[in-house]
Amino acid sequence: MNPPTAFTGAANVAVATATATTAAAASATATAAATATATTAAVTTAAVTTTAVPPPVSDRQRRRRLVAVLLAVGLLALLAGLVTGSGGFAPRDFWAELQGEQAGLILGQIRAPRTLGALLVGALLGLGGALSQGVFRNPLADPYLLGTAAGAGLGVVLVLAGASLSGLAISLATAAWLERVGLVVAAFVGALGGVLLTLSLAQGAVQTLRLLLAGVVVGVLLGAVSDLVTVVSPDALRGKQAFLLGSTSFLGWPALALMAGGLLLLGGLALRHARALDALTLGEDSAASLGLDLVRVRLLLVVLLAGATALAVSQAGLVAFVGLVAPHLVRRHAPGPHAWLLAASAAMGAVLLVVADVLSRALIPPQELPVGVVTAVLGGFYLLLLLKRRGLS
Amino acid sequence: MTGAALSALPAALRADALGVVLGGRPVLHGVSATLVPGWTAIVGPNGAGKSTLLRALAGLQAAHSGGVWLGDRPLAQVRPAERARHIAWLAQQGEVSGELTVRETVALGRIAHLGLLGTPGAADAAAVDRAMALTECSAWAQRRLQALSGGERQRVLLARALATEAPVLLLDEPTTHLDAPHQVALARLFRQLAARHSVVTVLHDLPIAVHADRLLVLRDGRLQADGDPRRPAVQQALVAVFDGAVQLSPRAGAGAAPAVSLALDVPVVAPLPPCGLKE
Repeated sequence: MNPPTAFTGAANVAVATATATTAAAASATATAAATATATTAAVTTAAVTTTAVPPPVSDRQRRRRLVAVLLAVGLLALLAGLVTGSGGFAPRDFWAELQGEQAGLILGQIRAPRTLGALLVGALLGLGGALSQGVFRNPLADPYLLGTAAGAGLGVVLVLAGASLSGLAISLATAAWLERVGLVVAAFVGALGGVLLTLSLAQGAVQTLRLLLAGVVVGVLLGAVSDLVTVVSPDALRGKQAFLLGSTSFLGWPALALMAGGLLLLGGLALRHARALDALTLGEDSAASLGLDLVRVRLLLVVLLAGATALAVSQAGLVAFVGLVAPHLVRRHAPGPHAWLLAASAAMGAVLLVVADVLSRALIPPQELPVGVVTAVLGGFYLLLLLKRRGLS
Repeated sequence: MTGAALSALPAALRADALGVVLGGRPVLHGVSATLVPGWTAIVGPNGAGKSTLLRALAGLQAAHSGGVWLGDRPLAQVRPAERARHIAWLAQQGEVSGELTVRETVALGRIAHLGLLGTPGAADAAAVDRAMALTECSAWAQRRLQALSGGERQRVLLARALATEAPVLLLDEPTTHLDAPHQVALARLFRQLAARHSVVTVLHDLPIAVHADRLLVLRDGRLQADGDPRRPAVQQALVAVFDGAVQLSPRAGAGAAPAVSLALDVPVVAPLPPCGLKE
């Protein structure tokens, strides 16, 4: 496969181009006489290559640095999440709380699950965002693109309206387990329903543009339907608003188990198909020519994306920007192939949401901000910063 | 090694009365050709159906009539991974997104060879190294594709196609963006690969194309000539499909390819003023 003749010929050509910069002699003559310079060729190419190669360590170093930062910030944020309560960020009171009678309840049933819940929701959204940007080959794609958001919103509104019409008043804050399960299931079913509607309108996941447009159409239509429902049953509006803002306040251990299981399954499957996303960066035809069954792989990736998003949305509402910003930050600070991007984006999303969750409790105690508002403000500022930098350069 | 085993027993790829319709417009009419080891160049004016023919041969374009066969099976019935081990395809315009490095990109050529676990082995790494050496992009292995010039990127994408070790290489305009020395190097590489591969190149560069073993001359979706570019009949067809805008003249040396030039008769009106060329 690799006889020396053509290769040395090719090497000579490289020298011809290299010397062309110093001596302005016509490269045509240099190539014609290429064989004559064979001995000097090896020397010059070696010199050229050593100067041309950038230090190859940087990529791995950047990834290692990001992992270290994420681990450090993540651990600190988790600790802060345990320390931050209705009184705000209060490390001094923490010791007293630990000794108190209600330590088990406050830490074990409220702060620990909501902090870990924020971690898992963030990871699911980060994974969804990286999948979405890979599938659509667009750095501005977002996990909510495919009608998941509108579908989940409609599901929630329908349940709330149905409950208020039948005399029950339930909301995300209601502690009663059954009612809460009802909302979660409705959001999940709604999110998946939205995606299925999008997929059927787009006739599968074959055409990216069609899929995007179908997602927009489904978003508008389902949004209109849920607006209509809130007109008929105004009570549903409050619950819907809480859902739209996103909240990590009500996460309990069963929800955590569900999300952890989902994250393992979806993340594992996504990692197995990371190479397909890499291949897609070369274009769809090239990916197909590499032996990928695009119809099947794309559908699977869209289902994974929808599953991760639906799971996150059903538990914590529409937490804004995490899915968009997490993969962005990873790509900006430590780019790499999709196996890395997917895993790192999930980790980045997790850390971002835990930090946002702590901030949502610590900023104006004893009031608690919806975490979605915090992420929206942070994400908005980040994008603004990005815009400004791009604009200047 | 699978690559060697495949090229030892190549299943011939052939188009059989192939017709393709794109957007309601017939693009190919009854094109028949069997690809054998050697270098084949597909030439013809713009819109002749060259790229469509290549895409159909790669299994990326469905046939409207007739079909493409790999050995005794219709290509459409061959599973994608198996097809990819037989046929490599290089896109005309290497569109690229994402942040892969050169080496990661070339390694994508091994996807169809990876087992269930999907971890590349020593044979895969060796194939990637060989492909990068052949197109001289080993020196940039760790650079990002986005940071390369058009010509450099073209060589990386060609290495990606070579890394598949497929016995059939379908290359759409592989010389685009390349400077003259690298065009010459690429022509030599095709000649070298042709010993064991079917190298099929769509080429606008007629001076390179006439060095192929075989020309497929297309016009308006029909095959006008198929044969050695040194044969007069093939040369006449070539001049005819380009409406006489090219001239072929014999070159000295036994078995030499003809020289190609543009039939330019645009008069130079006046001597140009001196423009201070840098020495």
